[in-house]
Amino acid sequence: MSPSGAELIRKIKSEITETDPQVVHGLLNNGVAIIDVRDTEEWAQGHLPGATHVPRSFLESRIDGVVPDHAQRVILYCASGNRSALAARTLSEDLGYESVESMTGGITLWKDRGYEVEQPKSLSAEQRERYSRHILIPEVGESGQQALLEARVLLLGAGGLGSPTALYLAAAGVGTIGIVDNDVVDLSNLQRQVIHNTARIGVPKVESAEETIHALNPDVTVVPFNTRLDASNIMEIIEGWDIIVDGVDNFPTRYLLNDASVRLQIPVVSASILGFDGQLSIFKPYDGPCYRCLFPEPPPAELAPSCGANGVLGVLPGTMGLLQATEVIKLIVGAGEPAIGRLLLYDALAATLSEVKIRRDPDCPICSREPSSITDEEMGVFPDYEAFCAAAG
Amino acid sequence: MPTIKIPPVLRPSVGGEREVDAAGSNVREVLHGLVAAHPATETQLFGPEGDLNRYVNVYLNDEDVRVLDGLDTAVGGSDVLVILPAMAGGAR
Repeated sequence: MSPSGAELIRKIKSEITETDPQVVHGLLNNGVAIIDVRDTEEWAQGHLPGATHVPRSFLESRIDGVVPDHAQRVILYCASGNRSALAARTLSEDLGYESVESMTGGITLWKDRGYEVEQPKSLSAEQRERYSRHILIPEVGESGQQALLEARVLLLGAGGLGSPTALYLAAAGVGTIGIVDNDVVDLSNLQRQVIHNTARIGVPKVESAEETIHALNPDVTVVPFNTRLDASNIMEIIEGWDIIVDGVDNFPTRYLLNDASVRLQIPVVSASILGFDGQLSIFKPYDGPCYRCLFPEPPPAELAPSCGANGVLGVLPGTMGLLQATEVIKLIVGAGEPAIGRLLLYDALAATLSEVKIRRDPDCPICSREPSSITDEEMGVFPDYEAFCAAAG
Repeated sequence: MPTIKIPPVLRPSVGGEREVDAAGSNVREVLHGLVAAHPATETQLFGPEGDLNRYVNVYLNDEDVRVLDGLDTAVGGSDVLVILPAMAGGAR
C-alpha cells in the first residue's frame, strides 16, 4: 500500500538532517547559504535575514545559480518545515549537494522564538517603469535601484557643481538628497547652474533646487540646509549621511570638511574647477588618502582664485558635477572602480582626461590617527590659517 | 626634452602656455630650467630654502615625486612633469 502524504514526509524527515532555528540563527552571515523555498507571496511577507528566495517549484532549475558549489553548506526553510524537507531530499539525492539541512518548524517556529524577520522591499509598478533603464543593467538592477532609493547623499552647494549632480542623482532615484547652501539665485549663476531658472532669481538656492527636484522625481526627499557650512554646524549637518558631494569654493571649508568627514568616516566625492580645468577624486576615510594627504596645506590666497573672481566655462561644472554623480552612484550600487587614491584631471581645451596617483600619507595630521582623537579645535585648521583667512578677506 | 604641464594659476607666469619644455636630467634641473625661462614662477614653486612649496604637488608622469626621490628624481626626455597646486573653485 502506498504511504499517505503525512507518512511520506515523516519518512523523508527521518532521512535528512533537520536543524533547529537556534542553530540557524547562529549561522546568519556566516557563509552558509540560507534558502527560502516558499512561494513568492509568502516571501514578500518577510523572510530570514540574508536568505535567498528559490521557490520549491523552481528549485532544480535555479539552485545552481544561487549555490554553484555543491560542497557548500545549505540550509533550507519554508513555513513549517515540510516543503523544505522535501526540497532537502531533492538537493542531496537528485542534485548531489553534500551538506543540506532543513530548518525545523520553518519560519513559523523562527518567529515564535522571537528572531528577526527581514521585510523585503519591492519597487512599485511606477518605479519599475521610471527606473527600467537602470534595472536592465546588471551593475544596478533591482537591488541597486533599491539601494539608490535608500541612499542619503549630502550635496555641499547647489551651485555650478551641485546643480547637475543634484539633477542626475534625483533622476537616478537617490532617495534622500541634502543640500547645504545659503546663497540666493543670481542672474550670473544661470550660465551654469542648471537646476535654477530665470523666474527664481532672488530665491534661496535650496528652495529653487528642491522645487526642481520634486518636479523631476517625487520619490526624492530633499533636506534643505539654508546655511553656510562652518565649524559650529558641520558635525551636526554631515552626521548620518552615506556620501558627501563636495563642491565648495574655498580652502578653509575644504579642510574643515575633510577633517569632519574623516572623524565621521563618511566618503567625500570631491571636485574643483577653474577656467577650463577640473579635478576629481573620492576621499574615503581610511580606505584611501584624505584631502590633507593630497594637499597638506593650501596655497597662499593670491594663488587660490575662486570661480567667482576668475570665470569658468559654463559646461565645465556640468562635466565635473556629472563625474561626481557617476562616482556617487558607483559607490551606492558597488559597481566598478571608484576614483579612490586617484586624482582625475580633466582639461576641457585639450579634451583630455588624465590621472595622477594620490598616496595615503603615513604622517597625515588627520587620517593617520584614530577618528575619535580628532578634536573640534583642530578641525579645519592649517598652518598660517589666520593669515590665509585675513588675506582672503 | 621633458614636458612640463602648467596649471591654470601658473599660466599667466609663462605667457599663457599650457605646456612648456625644459631641459634637465632630474626634477630640480627641469624646474630650475622653467624658472630660468619664466622667473615669475620661482616663488610659486619654491620656498626660501629651495624646497618645493608644500601646496604644490609635482608628478613625474602619474607619480608624486615626493614618493620617488623628490627633486632628485631622474627625468627622461620623454617624461611629463605635472605641476599641480590645490584648486578650490566650485559652488558659487
